Amino acid sequence: MNLHPLAIELLQFVLLLALAPAFAGWVKVLKCRMQGRSAAGIMQPYRDIRRLFGKDVVLAENASWLFRFTPYLTFGVTTIVAGIIPLISVDLPLSATADVIALVMLFGIVRFFTALAGMDIGTAFGGMGSSREMTIASLAEPAMLMAIFTVSLASNSTSLTQMVTVMAHAEFVIRPSLAFALAAFIMIALAETGRVPVDNPATHLELTMIHEAMILEYSGRHLALIEWAGMMKLTLLFALGIASFCPWGISAGGDIGSLALALGILAVKLMVGALIMVLIETGLAKMRIFRLPEYLGSAFLLATLGMIAFFILE
Amino acid sequence: MTPLDITGFAVLLLLALAAAAPLLRSVRTLQIPLAFSLSAVASLAAVVAGVMTVADGSVASATMSLGIPGLPFHLRLDPLAGFFLVVIGLMGLFVSIYSIGYVKGYGGQRSITHMICFYTLFLAGMLLVVLADDAYFFLVAWELMAAASYFLVMYEDERAENRRAAFLYLLIAHAGAIAILLAFGVMAGQSGQGGFDGYTFDAMRTAHLSSGWATAAFFLAFFGFAAKAGVIPLHVWLPEAHPVAPSNISALMSGVMLKTSIYGICRFVFDFIKVFPWWWGGVVLALGLISAVMGVLYALMQHDLKRLLAYHSVENIGIILIGLGLSMIFASFQLPTLAALALVAALYHTLNHAMFKGLLFMGAGAVLHATHERNMEEMGGLIHRLPWTAPLFLVGCVSISALPPFNGFVSEWLTFQAFLLSPALPHPILKLLIPLGAALLALTGALAAACFVKVFGVVFLGQWRGHQKPDHIHEVVWSMRSGMLLAAITCLLLGIFPTWVISWLDTIPEQLCGGRIAESAGRYGWMWLTPIAHQRASYSGPVVFIGILTVVAVTWLLLHVRATRVSRVPLWDCGFAKLTPRMQYTASSFSMPIRRVLGFLFAVREQVEIVPHTNHPAMPGSLQYRLRVRDRFWNWLYAPQGDAAYWLARQAGKLQHGHIQVYLLYSFITLIVLLVFLG
Repeated sequence: MNLHPLAIELLQFVLLLALAPAFAGWVKVLKCRMQGRSAAGIMQPYRDIRRLFGKDVVLAENASWLFRFTPYLTFGVTTIVAGIIPLISVDLPLSATADVIALVMLFGIVRFFTALAGMDIGTAFGGMGSSREMTIASLAEPAMLMAIFTVSLASNSTSLTQMVTVMAHAEFVIRPSLAFALAAFIMIALAETGRVPVDNPATHLELTMIHEAMILEYSGRHLALIEWAGMMKLTLLFALGIASFCPWGISAGGDIGSLALALGILAVKLMVGALIMVLIETGLAKMRIFRLPEYLGSAFLLATLGMIAFFILE
Repeated sequence: MTPLDITGFAVLLLLALAAAAPLLRSVRTLQIPLAFSLSAVASLAAVVAGVMTVADGSVASATMSLGIPGLPFHLRLDPLAGFFLVVIGLMGLFVSIYSIGYVKGYGGQRSITHMICFYTLFLAGMLLVVLADDAYFFLVAWELMAAASYFLVMYEDERAENRRAAFLYLLIAHAGAIAILLAFGVMAGQSGQGGFDGYTFDAMRTAHLSSGWATAAFFLAFFGFAAKAGVIPLHVWLPEAHPVAPSNISALMSGVMLKTSIYGICRFVFDFIKVFPWWWGGVVLALGLISAVMGVLYALMQHDLKRLLAYHSVENIGIILIGLGLSMIFASFQLPTLAALALVAALYHTLNHAMFKGLLFMGAGAVLHATHERNMEEMGGLIHRLPWTAPLFLVGCVSISALPPFNGFVSEWLTFQAFLLSPALPHPILKLLIPLGAALLALTGALAAACFVKVFGVVFLGQWRGHQKPDHIHEVVWSMRSGMLLAAITCLLLGIFPTWVISWLDTIPEQLCGGRIAESAGRYGWMWLTPIAHQRASYSGPVVFIGILTVVAVTWLLLHVRATRVSRVPLWDCGFAKLTPRMQYTASSFSMPIRRVLGFLFAVREQVEIVPHTNHPAMPGSLQYRLRVRDRFWNWLYAPQGDAAYWLARQAGKLQHGHIQVYLLYSFITLIVLLVFLG
């Protein structure tokens, strides 16, 4: 039996919205285990979101409409991105909405408005978070695009469906350009999602937080939306990495059997990916903010090496 | 009426307004609305003519027996000129509406007649520049535009810095004009036609230049136009002159006037010379990349709102040049479709930049109008006091930061696509180097976003930082709002419907580089933009816009089904209880991490002075922080030239003694020398 492409699209929205908290929970469980703590279980993020949705909103006196609008926008843009990256099938109607470059820019909207919201209240923390976030982003974005360009050279396309199709049907050979690009992508993805060594999602220590500093003033349903969108973004960056570097197993059409298989394979990949990230996070210490240019610079260098390797070796 | 007639009507109306401005002085209450609404009509006429010409791909020309006998003015309206008519006309329309309210603010302080007179001449000059079809008329129009804008920069001439800025502007504009004149001279001299016939653009189109002469002509012209466009390192006048002009003029200068040089470069390269080596494109691309990155970095270091925006014009001219350079490289390797894509990216960005930069300068004007302040460190929280200006300014910020679904994104995305097509080039080194340029463009975009978070965050968000109470601040009048509103709507429409714009633009690349992209770009209907093929890349502005809007609306509704309480509480101060607005992040502190990372590119001087407390010497009493960020190019390139000019003048001054006998002696010696030469 075949599913209509629109049904696949709908399925993907539902899957991401519903399962992103579980994925974030899985990451937290792994991290706790790795650090010798007992975990709250993978359902904890659902309970957190539910609790936040139930709470009243507390706003600072001088919060403007922009502050109240940003959570909705963050959630809206992230949801749209969730419909664009092919997860279980390449037959995704909305996938043509944006190619990889546009996708990076869509995440850019979220960052832009979150940073603005951080400055809206007028406390020093918010400004600090915004300033740091935008600095890191401006150094990370060239490296991100460079890594993506290297992958797109292999498939001659920046359209995700095409990249996935080419990559999934290519023979498995170790390509030096992709190896470099993958290394760069992982480094940048850690920066984009605010993970150690760039930022620590678990900290609320004044002088080290970046992303948390921007959203410090949020509460209630606003915070719930931002947190949920954050979990989706984490999942989506993993999905983007999987789609660009190892899309094997993705279904070519809407056959239910192959979709189920693709979903299973995807779950395995995500779990393994999370394990790798947790190993990195546990193994490294958070960097000083002024060491970050070196970190992001090396990511850029790796991506550039990947591109040079493509032209010279392939 | 043909498009050329309509444009002629627009120009004549503007010139008539300039002439009638002194007469209108007697009807004081009518003067401003009448003059500016008529300029708006003239601008609208130019838009109509331009849209028609580009859509039809028609070419019309005319000859006017004006000026010096035997040297008539040639006019020509082709799609390239038509496109720039639209750019000039659209912004002219919005700014004219805006000016009705803005200029009123000068009433009683300065001569409104001057403003109207030079404003209309400025607009007419720009329209004539793109219409001109011979070197002589082109330079007359070019000078009309430069002179009128000079007087507008000088409008608030009681301050020495304004006079200095205007002088610098005039100086560099003329250095550029001389280079353009020389370029025309080279073209005319090589066109093979005697007398003044060689000065028509038609003769230049058919001229066969040897590669040496062509290179000389191109680089002279490029230097001249780059000086006008503010390409680094010829940019120093721009951040001086644009901020001191009245804001409606800044909007026109930054948004539109700079674009006339893009027009000039397109005209020279693709229309006159046509066949050129790839390295010309390489030079244009390299300068574009440098301008883009350095422009945005300098902008980040500014805390004067209008100066910051002026540096962003340097950045955006850089992005346009990137597209042009890529187009030239593709064209030189006979890849017309790719050249067309890059050219469309450049032209699209030209139109987009005009819209959002015009919008931002108008917004800056509104802020200035309301606060009488250009220093961002003295602002804050204006979103509460300017409920219209703030969201409109935000649209400009989002557009210039190249975020979807607004217009800046589409043209930058097209430029990225052009970058990624470079593997099609047959040249191995170029294949490798050009994608690195894409990384620089990405850096530019990300830094621009950082810069506009800073601008909007510091000016409109947070709390008021100024020393005086902000009670006098109020929203601007309706005409200023509607000028900005129209520009903001255009920004959004240009971002959502790129396929229509590209299919409209298609006649230009077809005539200039023999390639078209509209057919492939719009193959899947107006919703999907697929520049080369859908397997290559696609983008859908409508889906992004409507999609985001829908999710936002649905989420909002779902969360507001159940009534929840929103309580307003005082700011959380971590128990410190002495939080003041001065403790907020400022423009300088916002850009501090970037200054620290990339500071080696500027001449940064930081001084911290701590005065100990009088009673407790171990405690700091007061702290003074001084920061000066200077343009390195000024010290490297301009200061030595200025010094050399002074030195020369002093040496020449030694000849002057003030004694009539000595001067008579000079004349006598000159005569003898001349006679010797003649003999």
